[in-house]
Amino acid sequence: MKLMKALLTATAMTFAVAGAAQAKTLVYCSEGSPEGFDPAPWTAGTSFDASSRTIYNRLIEFAPGSTETVPGLAESWETSDDGMEITFHLRQGVKFHTTPYFTPTRDFNADDVIFSFMRQLDKSSPWYEYAPGIAWEYFDSTGMATAIKEIVRVDDHTVKFVLTRADATILATFPMDFASIVSKEYADQLDAAGTRERFNTHPVGTGAFTFVDYQQDAVIRYQAFADYWDGKQPIDDLIFAITVDPGVRQQKLVAGECDIIPYPNPADIEGMKANPDLTVMQQEGFNIGYLAYNTRQAPFDKPEVRRALNKAINKQAIIDAVFQGTGQAAVAPLPPTSWGYNDQLVDDPYDPAAARAELEAAGVSGLKMKVWAMPVQRPYNPNARRMAELIQADFAAIGVEVEIVSMEWGEYLAQSSALDRDGAVLLGWTGDNADPDNFLAVLLGCDGVGSNNRAQWCHQPYEDLIQKAKTTFDQEERKKLYDEAQVIFKQEAPWATIAHSIVTMPMRNSVQNFKQDPLGIHRFVGVDKSE
Amino acid sequence: MLRFALSRLLLVVPTFVGITLIAFLFIRILPGDPVLLMAGERGVSPERHAELMAQFGFDKPMWRQYVDYIGQLLQGNFGHSFSTKRPVLEEFMARFPATLELALCAIVLATVLGVAAGILAAVKRGSWIDQATMGTALVGYSMPIFWWALLLIILFSTSLGWTPVSGRIALTHYFPSVTGFMLVDSLLSGRPGAFASAVHHLVLPTIVLATIPLAVIARQTRSAMLEVLGEVYMMTARSKGLSPSRVIGLHALRNALIPVVTTIGLQVSVLMGGAILTETIFSWPGIGKWMIDSISRRDYQVVQGGLLLIAAMVMLVNLTVDLLYGLVNPRVRHV
Amino acid sequence: MTVQTPDPTLDPVPGAGPAAQPVPPLLENWHYFTRSRGAVVGLGVFMALVAIAVLAPWIAPHDPAMQYRDALLVPPAWTAGGREAFLFGTDAVGRDILSRMMHGARFSLLIGLVVVTIALASGIIVGLVAGYVGGRTDALIMRLMDIILAFPSLLLALVLVAILGPGLFNAMLAIALVLQPHFARLTRGAVLAEKSREYVTAASVAGAGHLRLMFFTILPNCLGPLIVQATLSFSSAILDAAALGFLGMGAQPPTPEWGTMLAEAREFISSAWWVVTMPGLAILATVLSINLIGDGLRDTLDPKLKRS
Repeated sequence: MKLMKALLTATAMTFAVAGAAQAKTLVYCSEGSPEGFDPAPWTAGTSFDASSRTIYNRLIEFAPGSTETVPGLAESWETSDDGMEITFHLRQGVKFHTTPYFTPTRDFNADDVIFSFMRQLDKSSPWYEYAPGIAWEYFDSTGMATAIKEIVRVDDHTVKFVLTRADATILATFPMDFASIVSKEYADQLDAAGTRERFNTHPVGTGAFTFVDYQQDAVIRYQAFADYWDGKQPIDDLIFAITVDPGVRQQKLVAGECDIIPYPNPADIEGMKANPDLTVMQQEGFNIGYLAYNTRQAPFDKPEVRRALNKAINKQAIIDAVFQGTGQAAVAPLPPTSWGYNDQLVDDPYDPAAARAELEAAGVSGLKMKVWAMPVQRPYNPNARRMAELIQADFAAIGVEVEIVSMEWGEYLAQSSALDRDGAVLLGWTGDNADPDNFLAVLLGCDGVGSNNRAQWCHQPYEDLIQKAKTTFDQEERKKLYDEAQVIFKQEAPWATIAHSIVTMPMRNSVQNFKQDPLGIHRFVGVDKSE
Repeated sequence: MLRFALSRLLLVVPTFVGITLIAFLFIRILPGDPVLLMAGERGVSPERHAELMAQFGFDKPMWRQYVDYIGQLLQGNFGHSFSTKRPVLEEFMARFPATLELALCAIVLATVLGVAAGILAAVKRGSWIDQATMGTALVGYSMPIFWWALLLIILFSTSLGWTPVSGRIALTHYFPSVTGFMLVDSLLSGRPGAFASAVHHLVLPTIVLATIPLAVIARQTRSAMLEVLGEVYMMTARSKGLSPSRVIGLHALRNALIPVVTTIGLQVSVLMGGAILTETIFSWPGIGKWMIDSISRRDYQVVQGGLLLIAAMVMLVNLTVDLLYGLVNPRVRHV
Repeated sequence: MTVQTPDPTLDPVPGAGPAAQPVPPLLENWHYFTRSRGAVVGLGVFMALVAIAVLAPWIAPHDPAMQYRDALLVPPAWTAGGREAFLFGTDAVGRDILSRMMHGARFSLLIGLVVVTIALASGIIVGLVAGYVGGRTDALIMRLMDIILAFPSLLLALVLVAILGPGLFNAMLAIALVLQPHFARLTRGAVLAEKSREYVTAASVAGAGHLRLMFFTILPNCLGPLIVQATLSFSSAILDAAALGFLGMGAQPPTPEWGTMLAEAREFISSAWWVVTMPGLAILATVLSINLIGDGLRDTLDPKLKRS
């Protein structure tokens, strides 16, 4: 049976291959295996690259290379005056993929939209847990689960979301991966066949690429979707060659086995820039790496102590040794590519002498503290251990003795949230969506104390500003509120803002029109390859 | 013989039950919470956490979880991966052929070269050939293979560009997997150059993985040959006027091979350990890499199921070797 | 186990089995040992390593943790761009590789020593008890050893370290546990072979207690194979600890353990070869020297292979 199936696929493949003798193939050497191909249950960017950004579309999309939103499967949308209803007008004539395992009989319509969201909301649906242990992390953690009261089908091409509260940040979640639109018809087919788990292994979407095959931990193959609503892609085949080791990715790029790679070793970047066959794109990542003091613990409850310590940290040395130049010293708790970023802020100067004097003035001497270093590599901190060692040396220079603490990652995340945590913790954040609220409120708001607010910092003037911004619908107005909030943040210094990473995408010169995405996803819509 | 085989088989049963218990216990005492790891920096609310733990049955008492687990095992259910939500057995089978292919190539290489080198050294005992072979074997035996792999990559892939850096076959070759063995599938596909490409990709990982077994087999063959060559019946054979090559080929080798075969069988466990390192370095999509990833993700069910399947495999090979040994060497049956 | 199969990882040559003779006088052993040129070379290298390890704080040119921020990834002194101050070059944060290697010798030798001590001590006790008491105790213990041996050692060590938490000491414990069954089996086999001998019966008749019989009458007579096994385990321990360090589960940075240094060096494979090459060479040299000694010891202590 299995052999039969394989042979059938083989025949199908031979046709596909034979038909495209001059096929343009783009090889992307990805950094890991996707968890699955249904974008909604997963949280890893690797899974999103392989599913939502290739196979699927959303109602609202990000314009390529920007955090600006553009119409996707919804041609337009409007929010009611009280902010309690959002109505989407859907695009017509959008086709779902035809694959060996599914042939659509109708175009995309309101039923697909309702199904895509309701399967994550309605606990009584058989799709709520269609594979053992499947869960809707993003849907829950972005607050969608509590924000949606009901989804109304107005007609075939109009859908109304009725909300439980007015929230200016909710629109920012519609371009996120979990909000990808899946096919209700395909789901019904699997329902009838009793093979729901195939929804995650054999995906069907409306996106620019059709899923062809996945070989575990090795290769994912896609084909350009000829009937894509926005026109067929310039390339014919897209291949994700899973290559975990960054050194290996770089070698394969140089050898021409890959056309484009993510996350190179910082040490290799200079060499690649010098290589005439390669183009290296760089952009600030949508993230922030920070050192959060425990503002409930003496002497770190005093802003002057925190500011003094911030002055002792040599950020440039960290950028050089930890980021090997692929980082940028952070001033604000937001990445510079965010529309809410306050570019008027001035960073604490690196001044050990002043730091020492200010510590003394605050009545602190012989200070011993702990610095927590994460055990894993993250985009905002490629080597926390090394960073902690540098900070240890910097603090030693002003007479502060540092003990470095590390533990298993899950433990680290849990214990660093504790209110009575001993010491300052190195951590960071990558933006889920383009809204500044996702940094400023999630990481520093009063609600986050004891969880995501690792500084345990609840400062009323700051809190008032970000709460006001949440219910302000005018972006200009919101920007002003966020600017002010960042000024307060800098004065109070609950964190030492360390760095934003610089995301590097090396590619072969033949790759055309690739745009780096500020949110760190990798998208190949519109990308071409010259001969 | 039958009684011997039965007694060996009877020993396997309690060992296997012990293995399930150990694998189960290991996983329960592993610190680190898979739900927290999955949530990452975003975190998870306590209620949601409890809900997810319950979904996986972690809220039940330990003995109950074990009974459930054994019940599932008897139905051939090894649980579901926490990260991909797919059945563990399915995930294992998707990757196992890659490891098996690599391991088989390594063991064939190690056996052919190792036995040849061992015989050569034994026959030329004390000569420079003997010393060079055994010196090399000792270096191979002492090799940190993860470093060896890096050196080979630097030399053959980065500097000389002779071998590909990683993967199982060039991406331009695409054909569906029939057997899961790239060498076989590439031949079946009938695509020109596919088989060559598969071989090309196998060379470095095979060399790395074969290094230690090769050294062990060479040393083992040499000493087994020396022992046999010194025995009385060999002198008889020689005195009967048989030519030296006949003596070595027929009489000595046959007798010397018994311990060598045992050694080869026992290399399976070594190979599985080596596969973890080799697969990690060469991005080889096999079970060694899968286990490492799963341990660091705290994918309980995968680690548990993987440990069990790997241990079962090692036991099966050891049992076969034991039985073979009993077959060719009747003395051990009555010990 | 009824079949005493030779252990592949540690003892490639048969005969180091349970039936070895009582240890001949020390002087005679030394004489045999020195007849092997390899063993003498191995011993020399090993002594040099011990000296380096002991004297590391005094002879290392730099503090192994000192970061020279103006000297990141400086190549070795003999190559273009190298500096005399850093003979083997520096790593990504400007630490002197030679000094780190010298200090690393301390960790590797410590690992070998601690692991072998734990594995040997526990293995001997377990093996003695199993062999001496026999019956169900024996069966139970031997099944347990079978279970441990059914897992590939590196995989088992990895899982154990994941349980105990990554770190040098935990890695040593895990490796000791994985190596221990070899000692237990060896001891048990030897005890079984010796138990029925006349000298044991004589001691028993003369009124020696169980403990005395186990430890003072029987044990000294099976020391030969145990010593050989201990030497070989010493090198396995160093290799396994380095592998764990390489996989990020052993000693944690900035500890200058060789495997851990290699793990950190992986990203420099195409840009800074010296960061990759040097620690590996140190591991190879150490393991090789110990294995040379082990071979020499086996030839000496194992009468079956003794040169006549």
